[in-house]
Amino acid sequence: MGLLYGLIAAGLALIFGLMDVVNFAHGEFLMIAMYVTFFLFAFFAIDPLLSAPLVAAALFVFGAVVYLLIVRFAMRAKANAGMVQIFSTFGLAIVMRGLAQFFFTPDYRSIPQSWLGGKTVSIGGIFLPEPQLIGAMLSIAAFVALYFFINRTDFGRALEATREDAGAVALVGIDKNRVFALGWGLGAALVGLAGAIMAIFFYIYPDVGASFALIAYVTVALGGFGSVFGAFAGGIIVGLVEATTALILPPSLKSVGIYAVYLLVVFIRPRGLFGSM
Amino acid sequence: MDSHFAQRRRRDLIMAGCFTVLAALAPLFVKDVYVQNIMVLTLMYAALSQSWNILSGYCGQISLGHALYFGLGAYTTALLFTKFGVLPWFGMLAGGAISAVIAMALGYPCFRLRGHYFVIATIVIAEIALLLIQNWDWAGAALGIDIPVRGDSWLKFQFTRSKLPYFYFALALACVAWFVTWWLEDSKWGFWWRAVKDNPDAAESLGVVVFNSKMGAAAVSAFLVAVGGSFYAQFVSYIDPESVMGFQFSLLMALPAVLGGIGTLWGPVLGAVILIPLTELTRSFVGGSGRGVDLIVYGALIVAISLALPRGLVSVFSLRKGAAR
Repeated sequence: MGLLYGLIAAGLALIFGLMDVVNFAHGEFLMIAMYVTFFLFAFFAIDPLLSAPLVAAALFVFGAVVYLLIVRFAMRAKANAGMVQIFSTFGLAIVMRGLAQFFFTPDYRSIPQSWLGGKTVSIGGIFLPEPQLIGAMLSIAAFVALYFFINRTDFGRALEATREDAGAVALVGIDKNRVFALGWGLGAALVGLAGAIMAIFFYIYPDVGASFALIAYVTVALGGFGSVFGAFAGGIIVGLVEATTALILPPSLKSVGIYAVYLLVVFIRPRGLFGSM
Repeated sequence: MDSHFAQRRRRDLIMAGCFTVLAALAPLFVKDVYVQNIMVLTLMYAALSQSWNILSGYCGQISLGHALYFGLGAYTTALLFTKFGVLPWFGMLAGGAISAVIAMALGYPCFRLRGHYFVIATIVIAEIALLLIQNWDWAGAALGIDIPVRGDSWLKFQFTRSKLPYFYFALALACVAWFVTWWLEDSKWGFWWRAVKDNPDAAESLGVVVFNSKMGAAAVSAFLVAVGGSFYAQFVSYIDPESVMGFQFSLLMALPAVLGGIGTLWGPVLGAVILIPLTELTRSFVGGSGRGVDLIVYGALIVAISLALPRGLVSVFSLRKGAAR
């Protein structure tokens, strides 16, 4: 479960942590990804496992479009840039939730049978549900890919450079909007991947994103902004803390542990565990 | 001669007086209960947003967890009344005092954090409080508290037949919040807060005690929001954790100030006067389908205003005045 949080947080880490842009619609991206997965299954009988790349591609386009239509202008604001980002993406989140209610109705949906749904695998006597296991593996792969992508490719360097000084990168011929649009697309694609896997074992409804989004913000901040590894570590810690809290406190209080750990960490280290900003 | 600043302040005060008189006379002409209800909500949001603006707008410490103080006010009043029979007026003061103390206790560790780390801390703290209340059986857990009706009286601050007493109280609250902001704007605190917002390090080096001024802003802000919460509990006479302490509510409280003009005296009022009636009207005209059309309209509106006017709606007015001068 922690690695799944990690996967959701990976996308956010890219948008929020590396580009320093607040995206309050992140949970709604996840919701859209789950619906896309659901409809691919319902109409074309494509198993979530196969549709995951398709969903990721769809979300890539969606993320880039959101950047070009909304966030680009929000970042241009000279006054109150932070608040403009928060509230324009919050407005977007409300619109997306409204649209989901309009087109998909507020009913709870689920994918009744898929290749992995409900199956478990036994490793050394410990039974693990297969969807979560696949999700965990995908999550690790996504983080490794993201890490190399940021640190080893031209695009990754362009992304970091653009965040640090958009004026200077324009001088060396990097188009800021293109870099950030790609970054948003990638961030959304990662959420798409997470959404496809989660659609296997979670109910799908218009408000599903909200509960995961907050945990994703906490995960990114816990690890520290500007660090991909931090978000990964944050994801694992959040998962472990949640599982431990659920053992000692009633299940409805399981998030309290996560939040308390976040507060504890930032009170001791105000930049998160591995943060550079 | 008066400075330009002093002139502007006097003009603000006169304008506020005029608006208050106009608002106070409004119920003479508006008899429709539905419209009166919207007016009460508008004034309440104006007061809440004004109070939020003190900490987040003037002092620059963006809090997205102010629902915590609203909920504390609402719950303190409701619990004291239903469990111990304490009159809501005392509950209101108690709620405000408790919130102010808690705001300072939380501010002690939190004000060391900056930027996103601070914002997320405020969200997370409010969320912890929400989860605790939802699991606290004595306080009604997730179902909330029904405030029993004991007949109309100012003493118990309950009115079942008319909305007018609530209207005047909300108006008074909005006036108090506005006046406190107006008064603080020109005080030592007001200047400190703006310095802290613009550049905390420079302010510190010039002798502003940054930490204390943040604490002061948090306490004032929390107290006023909690009184608003107490009012809300009496007004709707039913509270549940999600509706008074949820994260959504923190955002809704900040919204009028942000859209109207963050860190400005008139921003929250203007934002509330435009936003709240629009919200309510879209909800009742297109929300009936239950399919979220009102959400689409409302959300699109927020996106449009925040992108078109990053300084808020007040910037439209000041631009025009600047051009005329």
